[in-house]
Amino acid sequence: MKYVTEYRDAALVKGVIEEIRRTVTRPWTMMEICGGQTHAIVRHGLDQLLPAEIELVHGPGCPVCVTPLELIDKALAIAARPDVIFCSYGDMLRVPGSGRDLFSVKAQGGDVRVVYSPLDAVQIAQQNPDKQVVFFAIGFETTAPPNVMSVLQAQRLGLKNYSILVSHVRVPPAINAILSSPENRVQGFLLAGHVSAVMGYWEYPSLAKKFNVPMVVTGFEPLDIANGILQTVQLLEANKVEIGNAYSRAVTFEGNQPAQKTIGQVFMECDRKWRGIGMIPMSGWCLRPEFDQFNAEKRFDVEAITADESPLCIAGQILQGLKKPNQCSAFGTICHPEHPLGATMVSSEGACAAYYKYGRVEMKDSVPS
Amino acid sequence: MCLAVPGKIVEIYEKGGLKMAQVDFGGIFREACLDYVPEAEVNEYCVIHVGFAISLLSEKEAMETLDLLKEISNIETELGPG
Repeated sequence: MKYVTEYRDAALVKGVIEEIRRTVTRPWTMMEICGGQTHAIVRHGLDQLLPAEIELVHGPGCPVCVTPLELIDKALAIAARPDVIFCSYGDMLRVPGSGRDLFSVKAQGGDVRVVYSPLDAVQIAQQNPDKQVVFFAIGFETTAPPNVMSVLQAQRLGLKNYSILVSHVRVPPAINAILSSPENRVQGFLLAGHVSAVMGYWEYPSLAKKFNVPMVVTGFEPLDIANGILQTVQLLEANKVEIGNAYSRAVTFEGNQPAQKTIGQVFMECDRKWRGIGMIPMSGWCLRPEFDQFNAEKRFDVEAITADESPLCIAGQILQGLKKPNQCSAFGTICHPEHPLGATMVSSEGACAAYYKYGRVEMKDSVPS
Repeated sequence: MCLAVPGKIVEIYEKGGLKMAQVDFGGIFREACLDYVPEAEVNEYCVIHVGFAISLLSEKEAMETLDLLKEISNIETELGPG
């Protein structure tokens, strides 16, 4: 497949890793933001091929993982209503709320449907005028353009039975929070390639300067990731605080202008709580008041029923890159994909799911500082 | 949620007021919305995420990146493992 196969060339990947090995002179810790990148790294064994000086810590780029428990519980309450068709991307179905998940709501008779595109949910609303159709609009910046388009399309079609439950989070405030933490060890960032395809990378130079941390826009195929790591190492070794672009075939500095404009039309920045991390100011997007009729939180009066998270689950520390999944006492024993304690074990982009699926089960000692 | 895939546009049409396309993902065909990449033409490649094109793939940048990485790898081959 064009634009895919050539970036999986094993010989080229190994060649780039050798160049990393030749470039590195001291230990460096870098974070890949996106859960999709974490999966690619673990799946292709890149973490094991890299020289020992390079440590990769995994970031909170898993919107499913960081959706607050209260919002999951709200989704479950809405989905259980007999007048509702609840639509969601597939990986939300097994994320545990307080005691159950969307999948079990479906098993008990709730009309919960997996959709590929938010436009599918709009079509379901068109086809079922006597039902309320609610779409779980989860995502980082990458998913915002599709999610807002569904609202505009519903508006265009004059639909009165479509609404979205929003859980949108943004990367730059997350990076700011991670780098501001007193426990932070991250010295360089691999930026999320598809977030940057939408938003460009004009938001990062000020962040890089503020914290003295270079950042490189990175893709998702093994060669893209190796290239991103190489460019980050080159910047670190040269003591250059710059933004690099190792995914230039898909990402430009300005990003996708029509998409950014449309997001701004429908969403506004707001404070957001990140599951496992806490509240990060202005780190999310919410519907503007003029779109209130499409806001499921306003349409449905559901009280959040919250219980505490499992005391064994350290997803929050994993999402901040402070611990690795195999340093968790529940990993692989009580917590595994069939019985997840936290979202990082369930989501297709969760670090724990990646480690479990690709066999990183051995307990590792804590990394010496 | 960042899971997006390159696909080749094989047909462009309008549907429900939106610019849509039939996209070829190496033999599997799916529909995608082109409203965010309106300049995309048939036979061009886009990055597609949840049924929407979010970016036009640049052949020029792709080739330059690959050439550079091949050069880096070849240097390694000539010099042997360090």
